[in-house]
Amino acid sequence: MRFRRPGAAPAADDVADPARGIELRGVGHRYGQRVVLDGVDLTLTEARVGVVGANGSGKSTLARLLNGLVVPTEGRVLVDGLDTRTQVRAVRRRVGFVFQDPDAQIVHPTVAEDVAYGLENQGVPPDERAARVAEVLARYGLAGHADHPAHLLSGGQKQLLAIAGVLVMRPARVVFDEPTTLLDLVNARRVAELIAGLEQQVVVVTHQLDLLDGFDRVLVVDGGRVVEDAAPGPAVAAYRALMAVR
Amino acid sequence: MTLALYVPGTGVVHRLPAAAKLLALAVLAVALFALPSLAAAGAALAGVVAVGLLLARLPVAVLTRQARAVVWWLVALLAVHALTTDLRTGAHVALRLLTLVLAAAVVTATTRVSEMVRVVEAVCAPLRLVGVRPARVGLAVAMALRFIPVLVERADRIRAAQAARGGSPRGVRALRTTVAPLLVQVLQMAHDVSEALDARGADDDPSPRRRAQEAP
Amino acid sequence: MKTRDLAYVALFAAIIAVLGTLPAIPVGPVPITAQTLGVMLAGAVLGGRRGSLAVLLFLVLVAVGLPLLAGGRGGLGPFAGPTAGYLLSWPVAAFVIGRLTERTWDRYNVLVGTLVNVVGGIVVIYAVGVPVLKAVVGLPWGEAFWTGAALFVPGDLFKAFVAAAVADVVRRSYPVIERPRRAAGTR
Repeated sequence: MRFRRPGAAPAADDVADPARGIELRGVGHRYGQRVVLDGVDLTLTEARVGVVGANGSGKSTLARLLNGLVVPTEGRVLVDGLDTRTQVRAVRRRVGFVFQDPDAQIVHPTVAEDVAYGLENQGVPPDERAARVAEVLARYGLAGHADHPAHLLSGGQKQLLAIAGVLVMRPARVVFDEPTTLLDLVNARRVAELIAGLEQQVVVVTHQLDLLDGFDRVLVVDGGRVVEDAAPGPAVAAYRALMAVR
Repeated sequence: MTLALYVPGTGVVHRLPAAAKLLALAVLAVALFALPSLAAAGAALAGVVAVGLLLARLPVAVLTRQARAVVWWLVALLAVHALTTDLRTGAHVALRLLTLVLAAAVVTATTRVSEMVRVVEAVCAPLRLVGVRPARVGLAVAMALRFIPVLVERADRIRAAQAARGGSPRGVRALRTTVAPLLVQVLQMAHDVSEALDARGADDDPSPRRRAQEAP
Repeated sequence: MKTRDLAYVALFAAIIAVLGTLPAIPVGPVPITAQTLGVMLAGAVLGGRRGSLAVLLFLVLVAVGLPLLAGGRGGLGPFAGPTAGYLLSWPVAAFVIGRLTERTWDRYNVLVGTLVNVVGGIVVIYAVGVPVLKAVVGLPWGEAFWTGAALFVPGDLFKAFVAAAVADVVRRSYPVIERPRRAAGTR
């Protein structure tokens, strides 16, 4: 137990209610005149949730709503009861986010420094930081690269590094936005296995439908609306049917 | 691209704190201008070279490379002063310039970039009062270093894509077909990076004061 | 400052650094380099505040020992040498270009942009650079002007035009100044 400085108010996490999961209530989002999401009502408590949809369907915006990267222009998004509009910092501590392009996620020149970045933001003390970074790097097969320049890693290794940089922060939930799109088959499989092994709640936006095998629930997004919400089998079938008529 | 002028070493000059070395450099600069004598400048130059080669054990090339960058000036200075004032003044001004450039090279070669960045962050600390967060300065430095190889790679990729379609990026037309698209691409990338940073709590300030404000 | 603006600042610092790897044309003491093109672009694309910070960040990277100036120079030496004034004028130049670009944003085109870049990127840089050059090396005004400014004006005019042409395309396809509201997360 770490000493809390006098005067600091209790962290927002103290009032979170993990049983509530992720709730979207009457959520709509528009950029200027363009409506990207409209009338979305969802409660996500399942361990594995997939989101599929065509390019421009609104699924990436949906993903970004879940940790407050995008704040809805209508309605509310609640994570464990915390509003992404007013408690965005607390929300981001609970929801990790992995992006499509590994190059866009790595900001520090060396591997270990990059993984440590999120912990620095959380104010984790240096000793604990170093220990957690080493542990995560070992778990994802990057231990030998700790002091290497990040830009010399392969594409697959970069994505593993990006994921390590998120998981080291120990979020309760992780959103993946097309995490395997830019990877080859071997690396895509590694990332898929990694995702399957996570103990956290996971929301995956993807075009790679086999990534959703064994998921609890899959949403199909089209034209800014959730048009199908079912188990992976029926949902993927509905998605294929939808795309076939385009 | 080797991104540093640092030469690894374990001697006393390497171990000195970066701030001390920078301070010494500043003191030297002030002293050189305050003591306008040829002998003082000559002694200072000898001292700097001795510190660099004997104490810090730097390769001679480290010093000559920096000296070469200003050699044209040294010659021109001597010539101009020989013609307009006198050779002695020319020698003095040239020695002073060479001394400062070499002293700066010694500091640079014996100090890691990360140490220098820490000094920069420390120097920025008083700016907290006007709303600058030193950690953000450090983050900007890290991002810039990270972007350099990415930029080179993206530029190569665009050039290759143009070549594959039979284009050659030359002339003013290349501005539209190569430079501008590259710029738009990397601006988009910078935006994506900032999103990823925010997702990892870049907006969080770990200082207790800020956190207290944030609590609901 | 938002993280996004910080990323833009870092990006342009990196762009100025990469432009330094393009071959410089050595014409005496102050080489003709593509780096002042980067300075102009920083102001013209990012505006005054972010543009000048980008150039400042670049100079910090040079000062802490990265060989990012054209010709692989770096460290504190360049700030002690005859070109110090030019380096220190860069953030001011980017600021002036940025502010003028913001002012003319609604009627910006290649011609307006070129004029703006000439004012900020040529007038300002020499107004600071030449006196410092004169002070450091003790040249008479006439010589300082010829070796430190006149030689570069043709190249600088070309760079001012190039920066304006690029900034104009960026302005239409990905405006960063004034209306930075981009559809975030709609890819």
